[in-house]
Parts: sequence; structure tokens; C-alpha cells
Amino acid sequence: MAKIQIAMTVNGEAVEALAEPRTLLIHFLREQLNLTGPHIGCDTSHCGACTVDLDGKSMKSCTVFAVQASGAEIRTIEGMAAADGTLHALQEGFREMHGLQCGFCTPGMIVRAYRLLQENPNPTETEIRFGIAGNLCRCTGYQNIVKAIQYAAAKLNGVPLQEAAE
Amino acid sequence: MIPGSFAYHRPSSVQEAVALLADLGTEARALAGGHSLIPMMKLRLAAPDNLVDLAGIKELKSIRADGGDIVIGAMTTQHEVLASDLLTQKIPILRETALQIADPQVRYAGTLGGNVANGDPGNDMPAVMLCLGAAYQVTGKSGERRIAAREFYQGAYFTALEPGEILTAIRIRVPATGHGYGYEKLKRKIGDYATAAAAVVLTMTGGTVASCSIGLTNVAETPLWAEAAANILVGSSLNAATVKRAVAAAEAITAPATDSRGPAIYRTKMAGVMLARALAHARSRAS
Amino acid sequence: MNDMTPTSAERAEKLEGMGCKRKRVEDVRFVQGRGNYVDDLKLPGMLYGDFTRSPYAHARIKRIDTSKAKAVPGVLAVLTAADLKPLGLHYMPTLAGDVQAVLAEEKVLFQNQEVAFVVANERYAAADGAELVEVEYESLPVVIDPFRAMAPDAPVLREDLAGKTEGVHGARKHHNHVFNWQIGDRAATDAAFNKAEVAIKELISYQRVHPCPLETCQCVASFDKIKGELTLWGTFQAPHVIRTVASLISKIPEHKIHVIAPDIGGGFGNKVGAYSGYICAIVASIVTGRPVKWVEDRIENLSATAFARDYHMTTEIAATKDGKVTGLRVYTLADHGAFDACADPSKWPAGFFNIVTGSYDFPTAHVEVDGIYTNKAPGGVAYRCSFRVTEAAYCIERAMDILAQKLGMDPAELRMKNLIRREQFPYTSALGWEYDSGDYHTALNKAMDTVGYKALRDEQKTKQEAFRRGETRDLMGIGVIFFTEIVGAGPSRNCDILGIAMFDSAEIRIHPTGSVIARLGTKSQGQGHETTYAQIIATELGLKADNITVEEGNTDTAPYGLGTYGSRSTPVSGAATAMAARKIKAKAQMIAAHLLEVHDDDLEWDVDRFTVKGNPERFKTMTELAWAAYHGVPPGMEPGLEAVSYYDPPNMTYPFGAYICVVDVDVDTGMTKIRRFYALDDCGTRINPMIIEGQIHGGLTEAFAIAMGQEIRYDEIGNVMTASLMDYFLPTAVETPHWETDWTTTPSPHHPIGAKGVGESPNVGGVPCFANAVNDAFGFLGSTHIAMPHDQWRTWTVAENLGLHA
Repeated sequence: MAKIQIAMTVNGEAVEALAEPRTLLIHFLREQLNLTGPHIGCDTSHCGACTVDLDGKSMKSCTVFAVQASGAEIRTIEGMAAADGTLHALQEGFREMHGLQCGFCTPGMIVRAYRLLQENPNPTETEIRFGIAGNLCRCTGYQNIVKAIQYAAAKLNGVPLQEAAE
Repeated sequence: MIPGSFAYHRPSSVQEAVALLADLGTEARALAGGHSLIPMMKLRLAAPDNLVDLAGIKELKSIRADGGDIVIGAMTTQHEVLASDLLTQKIPILRETALQIADPQVRYAGTLGGNVANGDPGNDMPAVMLCLGAAYQVTGKSGERRIAAREFYQGAYFTALEPGEILTAIRIRVPATGHGYGYEKLKRKIGDYATAAAAVVLTMTGGTVASCSIGLTNVAETPLWAEAAANILVGSSLNAATVKRAVAAAEAITAPATDSRGPAIYRTKMAGVMLARALAHARSRAS
Repeated sequence: MNDMTPTSAERAEKLEGMGCKRKRVEDVRFVQGRGNYVDDLKLPGMLYGDFTRSPYAHARIKRIDTSKAKAVPGVLAVLTAADLKPLGLHYMPTLAGDVQAVLAEEKVLFQNQEVAFVVANERYAAADGAELVEVEYESLPVVIDPFRAMAPDAPVLREDLAGKTEGVHGARKHHNHVFNWQIGDRAATDAAFNKAEVAIKELISYQRVHPCPLETCQCVASFDKIKGELTLWGTFQAPHVIRTVASLISKIPEHKIHVIAPDIGGGFGNKVGAYSGYICAIVASIVTGRPVKWVEDRIENLSATAFARDYHMTTEIAATKDGKVTGLRVYTLADHGAFDACADPSKWPAGFFNIVTGSYDFPTAHVEVDGIYTNKAPGGVAYRCSFRVTEAAYCIERAMDILAQKLGMDPAELRMKNLIRREQFPYTSALGWEYDSGDYHTALNKAMDTVGYKALRDEQKTKQEAFRRGETRDLMGIGVIFFTEIVGAGPSRNCDILGIAMFDSAEIRIHPTGSVIARLGTKSQGQGHETTYAQIIATELGLKADNITVEEGNTDTAPYGLGTYGSRSTPVSGAATAMAARKIKAKAQMIAAHLLEVHDDDLEWDVDRFTVKGNPERFKTMTELAWAAYHGVPPGMEPGLEAVSYYDPPNMTYPFGAYICVVDVDVDTGMTKIRRFYALDDCGTRINPMIIEGQIHGGLTEAFAIAMGQEIRYDEIGNVMTASLMDYFLPTAVETPHWETDWTTTPSPHHPIGAKGVGESPNVGGVPCFANAVNDAFGFLGSTHIAMPHDQWRTWTVAENLGLHA
């Protein structure tokens, strides 16, 4: 099938590339745009390792064709830190609270948590667990991921931080 | 997992979409949220030559009151169902159900129209639509028509939708003020289809059931409307013996497959347990 | 010293050495999406390979037609067994001494077995080509049930082994038999049973599962025709072993093979072995002269690479009336699938299953294991456990509960009565292991006190009475277990892989400014080695952990090692790290003596410096000594400050722990809710408590998944039914319980820093703990043993069979 021109905004930059209509967004990002932060874990929209933020929605980019995202605003893990390199509160929280081990789920987890906190800046533990239930982690058992998100929420809300990682 | 090749179309109106589907013939598929179709394509269990993406059609995205009905555009996502004050207020069972569908990411993408139209018996909304007595507005080359949800489902992935027709909206009569409702779903984990699930909407008058409707999910090739079970309950106080009879009547119409969720007998029994729990929940909410 | 001089404790704290909750070095790149995983690698001209796989579990291949696949635009080559055979590469040796088909030649032996490898210039074209390889099959009868594999009339699976009555582990007694392995004193054990006052017997099966790391197996092979050199990037838990295997198979000299394991997205045993994809990518790169990438998808991962468990253990315990165990007898049927691709040390066909006497003082025991072939995927890897240790722990911990039930004893009390006592260490078990250290009673007492064990039992009794009265439909179960792990393989006298002793290594170089690079033979897959090894060095050498780079995974630069699995990194490479550091320290001491003009013996070590005994103001810091090593060494001494250690451990290490779980079971649906899970682990000296806790959380979560739902299940014709994440149970944050962790510290006496390893303990202890809790919920109604996994329908079925739904 002939390739078509696909344009979108990724991490604040207008990008354009040729791709087949069947090109999945995850492959478009990883292979055409060299944004290898989002990963492929399950291929069937269960694990969330490929999660990106697409027009203000957390999306599993393995289950979206790049062409469907034409004109969209996309944010990947590579777009989370500030331009000066300062880590986002979530990135900091994941490190502080030992919210990651192998790191493979982490980009999707952080990007998902970002949208969760946008919609619910003060989530309870139950809301966090429900809010990240589309992202699987095989290493951490989630407990410290929950803490990492709580850390970020506290920091973003300007309240003091309490507990350390276990 | 890599999907096969296809040509991509993005019409901006229902008319254009319908014309495209008519022109492209049987190898074209309408694409809504894509979270059912794209995995099938990646597994190469579906290989359409053409995809007609409905995302560009603005008229398919709306939630509005129309007299005593609420009309929901087919491209309304589960996330938008959850975010809608109107739906939460008027038809709260939709929110309760949407919360139990898939996971957050999938709810941002998955649409109400896709969920009810693709005929997957594992989908949750169809049984709720049977329960609510919803009607589906569909448009094809020969025009628009309305199909009762209760007449829509004919088999697994087999519906009353004619080739080339697309589902554009769901019309639901707002249940009576003070109605009770419940959607109880047994699943293995977040993201799973139901082992069995039951939707109940009922009204109570002076301690007895004035009206009752029941839908069952994923315990047959189609969603089930458990009319006989509901009729048993009307006029009762939902006492244990009557509920037991209704549960038996509901179980009797199930014909689930044996799968990783459990053997058929288990899934039938779970339909009964979910129904009993949904009834209790609905009753506790009715005023 | 004046008041401004930092105290030893202050200086020690700044080092971020052992015992501190140092934040992970790795995280800085991972949280920014800057990890470097295999699939992130992009080389000029790189091609992609994809497999055509068998839809049948057992079938004869009549014909393969690759013409349509080759016609797909972008497809450059299609490899089949016919292409590999002339190269002698259609079969590859397994780590277990068997061979495995790289591409099926005459027969396929399990569903999704590799049949053809399509190479194309794009991932998508390769997939298109793989779909178009036409294979004509003639289906054959399948063997799925392991208990029917050795029936006289069972179909012959491995025709390539026809006439081979001797396997690498002795005589084969049937055409589907792999090995028979026995250990222990059969006569004494039989005698113990003959005079036993009480005995129990139960078939305890541990279902087939899969490690399922979030990143699948993958590689990039790049063969440089001009240099005759192969570079292989891949998801390798044991990169050096892969290099040696690749050299032996391909005949490319080992020095011309460069194996690189970059960041790995979880391993859990899945990434130890060699897979067809690696071989095919290498061959395809040689054939095409271009780099070839192979990336498994999730279905391929779950259905073709490295299952775990599938152990069926008929278990008997003999005991006295008052609950003292007198003998253990276990007969195990081990389903190895179509090829024996277990990743065990060579002499141990059933791994360290003879740790099955557990934490208890069994006077005698006997174990027999028969390995068999079936039409299932090969593997048999140690999924987050040392070799077959989780099977053993599950076996003994279930059996102890069954015994307690028969005796009418509390399961914790039975354990207390039989635990090996502190004064018995080092303790030689009836099945031949020498347990290095332990203080079991202290650990179990602490666990029971912390959870309020007695109060829980009282609550359970009240609930049971309420259940009998019909006031509740919930049952409460309490699981209690005590496990002993055996990790850190292993001493060269009994552990090797392909004849290579299972030592491990560390090389440390101190730069003139006192910063450090350390390279090791292990390979982190998320365990945080870059952080923790630096902590060992920091403490040993008094240099800041932040100034220490730890590098693994590049076989050109790292010293030879056997890799990371079986919780061996800390016990073996951790020890090598300490030993290499001590060599450096010894040299530094000589330099210090020279500079301070005193005798070596007149110096003492103080955190980060050598001081003159009795005169602590005269000192040389390690940083100063590093500089001196490059310009001021004593006469006759070589300059420089580096060392390498190849550590051959004198013994395994034996981490242990006491876990307690409380579960509520809804008998009407079979739903379970883990109300509480308490894990006390003793892993000896603790290097980084934060990382230890993280390992325990993760291991418990995997244990939870295994006990409560994971299963690689086949239907009767060999279709794998659970090969995607829809059906293979990986719990989300919602299902996963909250974990409570605790510890005691009993250092290993033979390990240089006393550490034992921890990553796998929670899986080993966790699985039986969940299982015991579920069993315990139903025990008062007469149920003795419920098979895993404890998913909803199985749990409901138990209730149904007990008449609880009437």
C-alpha cells in the first residue's frame, strides 16, 4: 500500500513523515521519529507500555494507526521533562520512591499518571490504582508506583512530602 | 503483531461515510475507537482492504436530551460517558457500566457505538441497552432506520446491521425518576471481559417492584434480555424466594461457552449470582 | 582532630555504601525514556526477521513452499530447515544436554514451533511474508497429559532420538522419557514410612506457567563479512554463555563474537537460554551481509520461549503422632515439553529440587524425578527462583499443611516443632545440601507476633461458626509458610553450564582521581546492579558510590561470568566484587605504608582511609592512594590500581523467610481477596534495603499471579489457550495486594560480605503462602488439597463440591 504523508505535533514539535496507512502509531513514533521511550509489551492493548498522551487522552499507541493521529498533539515520555532538563515531578517521584525496576513499563506508566493527575490532582490510593490499571508492571508490584504518583501529586500541589519508599 | 495493508478513508459526514462503504463493498470496515478491530487486524483475524474512520464525523459525537429520551452519538467514548453529567444524572447505569469496561486508556478510545454495534458478546453495553430498551439509529445507502436493541443481536458478531450501514446514535428513554439500577460484573481482572454480568433497572412502589428489566452479558452468543426473569419479580418485594425463581429463570436462558473464565456451568451460575447482586444493589438505590 | 573533622560515621554516610537506601543510578535514564533496549537499536541497512510457526502441536511436514513469501516486496530471504541443515544448524544444543530444532525439519512438536524465518527490509514486510509461507502438514496424535506420555502406546514424539536409550542423565526407559534422577536414601526412607505413626500422601501439581517479562525476547545479529566477526545484541541474562554457545554452534571463533546485552526489560528466567530466533537472525545476517533484528511478539513469547514448572509431585510425609517429621518421599513427573531446554546446571536435571526437605529437620528423605516429553513448548526455566526451588517449596509447604490438618495441629505449631534449630547450622540436609546459616525460630516467632497470629486464628474460628450458621458467605483463610531458598549457583565442584564452572567475576579499575569503573559477568534486568555493586565497592574501598560506574553485558569488556538468574548475582558476583576490592585495598595499603613511612601492619582502615595506628591524624585517603598508585608506588611495585576476581563460591547461600497471608473467599463466586500479606525475609547482609523491598514487592506480585491465576494451558489437541495477556494472568494495580515487609539478618558465614541474595525468595515463599491460605479457608470443611491456580472458577468448584451452594 502506498505510503501517505502523516503530520502531527509530538512533544511540541511539528513532525511529518511518510508511512503506510497500517503503520501503528507506536512504530511511527519509535521508528520514524526515533522516540524509543514508549515500548511494545503485549501487542494487544493490555499492558500499556506504549502509552502516549494524545490530544489530552492516554492512548495505547500499539492500537492506534498513525494516520488516525494525523493532526493530533502527542506527548511521549521524551516530552515530560522541562526544556532545561528538570525532571517532571512524576519522573522525580518514580526515582525517589523506587517506582521502577527494569524500566520497561515506566515511560507508559509515567505518561498515564500524568494524565491521571491532570484530571484528578488529589487522587486517593484506590483512585491511583484504578487509574493505572491499564498499565502492567512485572517488577515492582505497584506499591511504590502508587507512592511515586502520590509523591508527584504532593509536589505538584505544593504540599510537603511524607513517606519514603519502602 | 502486524496488521495487513488497507486503504484509509476519513469521511467528514455520515452521508460520505455511507457512500464510501457502499462503494467499497464488503471488504471495507467502519473504524470507530478501533480497540476491538485493530487487535483483530493485528492478529490477522480481520483483514479489511479499506478502513472508513468515523472519527472525523462531528455529528457522531454528542450527548443530548430529546424530549424524554437521551440521544448519544455513536462515537461518544466510554470516557465521555463517564464525564457526562447528563448521563450520570439521568441514566446512571451507563456510568456504572463504563467504569467496568476495560481500562482507562481503552475507555478514552472505545466508543459506545463500537461497543454496541460490533456484536461481540463480551461487550458490556449491549446487555445494558437491552435492559434499558434502547434503540439504535442506523444509516445506510437507502437511508436511516431505527432498530430496537432487543432485536439487534442475532449471533456472535452477527447483528441486524446491514452491510454498508453504520450505527450513528443510541436513543434511550430516560428511566423513571427514583429508579434503582445495578451493573454487576464478575471478571478475573481489570481489562477482562465478564465471566458473567447482569444489568438491572427497576422501579419500586410501596415496597414492591413496579417495573423491572434485566440484561445479561457474555453468557450466550448474544447479550440476553431476561424478560421472563424480570416478569417474575414485578409485583414482588424482592423476597428471597422470588429472587431465587427469577435467578433460575435467568440462568435457564444462558448458554455460555466454556473458556479460560470457567466452564459453562460456572458461568451460568455466575450470571445468577450477578443478577441477585444487581437486584439487591438496584433495590437499595430505588426510591 | 578538631571538631570540624567529619566523624567516621559521617564519612561513611557520604559514601552511600552498603546498608543505605541509595536511589538508583539506572532510573535517571529510565524515567526519561532513555533506556537502551534491544528493539531501540537501529543499524544502517538493518533487516527484520519474522517466523512462520506451526498451527499444529504434532504434525509431519509434507511440503514447504516459500515462493509466495519471497514474492512479497521487501522480502529478501526465507530460511527453512533445508537451508540450515547443510550448515548443521537445523538443531541446536540445549543447556540441558538435549538438542532443539531451530527450524522444524520433518515434524513439528508443539504449537507455534518455528518452521520458517522470513527476512525483509521492513518489519511489516517480514510479517506479510511469514503469513504467506505455505506449509502442508499431516497431523499426528498428540501427547498433552504428562501422565499419559509414558504409556506403552503413546505416540513417539522425538523421532530424532530413535534408538537412543541413553540420555545425558542415564537410561531412557521410554521413547518419551528424558531422564530419571534420584537422590536420598530410599531404603531408610521406606523404613521410616513403614514404621510411621502418621503419614500423608498427596499429588501436588505445580501448573505450567511462563515468566512473561514485559519486554519479550529479541536480538540484533550483525555479521561483518570482511572481519569475519559477529556482533549480537540481545536480551541475554547470561551474555557470556550466549557467546560461547554461539561460537560452538556457528564455529565462529569466540574472540570474533561480540555479545552485548543492553538494558533488559525484565527477565525472570525467560532470557537465559538460546532460542531459534537468535540462531536464525545470525544465519540471516551471514546470508544477507546485513544486520538482522528479531523481536518476539507476546503470543510467540508465551507459546514458544521458556515455560516454567509443570511439575507433578506425589508427596509423602511420615511423622510421629505428636508431629515430628520422620521421612519425606517425593516422586515427580516433570513435563519438559518437546525438547529438554531446561536451564539448570549440567549435573542437575531437576535443578536443586532436592531442597524439598525445606526448613525442616527430616532425618531421611528420597526424591525421584522422571522427565518426559510432551507436545508442548520447551523450556523448564527457573522463573524467578533458583532451579526448581519454587516447585520444591510449594511441594513441602503444601505437604506440611496437609500433615498439620491430619494431625489436627496448627500449621505454624507443626512448623515450629520441625524447623531446623539455630545451633544445627551449618546443617546438612537428608538430601545432601549444607545450609549455611539460619535462625528460623526467631523469624517465625517475629512473623507470628507481628501479624497477631493467634488473634487471626480466633477471628477465623468466629467466622467459621458464623458461616456454619449461614450468617456470612465469606470464608477466611490463613496461610503460613517457612521457606528456605538455595541460591548462588554455584561451587565448581557441583555446578557448571556446558562444562563451564559457575563462578562469577568482577573487575574493578580505580582511576587516578579516585573514580571507578567496575565490570561484572552478571547482567541486571531490573535488579539495580549499577546501584548495588557500587555500594559494595563504596564500603569496601571508601570511595563514593556516585563516583563508581558499574558496567555489565558487553562480553568484550566484562570478565567472563555466567550471568544473572537463580539469585546468583549478589552471592557470586557480589562476592567477586568484594574480593576484587580487597585486592585493591591490599595494594593501596602498601602504597599508604610507603607514603606514611610505616610498616603495612601499622596501618588500620577507617571508612575511607588508612590511618597510622594510635595516630589517626596521619592518614592517606583512598582517593589520595588512587592518585599515588599512578605516580608514587613503592619501588618494585607495578603502578595502577585495579583487580579482577573470579569467585568460585565455597557453598550456595540459603536465604529464608516466614510469610503469612490472610485471604477472604466469597464462596458464591470463588472470588478471593488478599486481606493481608506479611513477608519476613532474611537474606543475610542487606546491601540496599530500598532495592530489597522492591524485589520483595515484585516477587510477591509474581507469586500472587502464579498462585491465583497464571497458567499456560493447552487443550486436548495441543492448542495453547492462554498465550496473550487477555488470558494469561498478569495482575494490575487493582488486583495486586498491599505488601507488608519485614526482615531478620543472619549473614552467610562463607560470603565475603555475608549477603545471600533476595530477588527470588518472595516468589519461592509467596506461592505456597497464597495456596496455603486458600486451602486453609476450606480446610475446616474437610478439603485437603486444592490445585493451583486458585482462580475464581476453580475456587467456586471447590465450594460446589463441598456442597456450599445447596
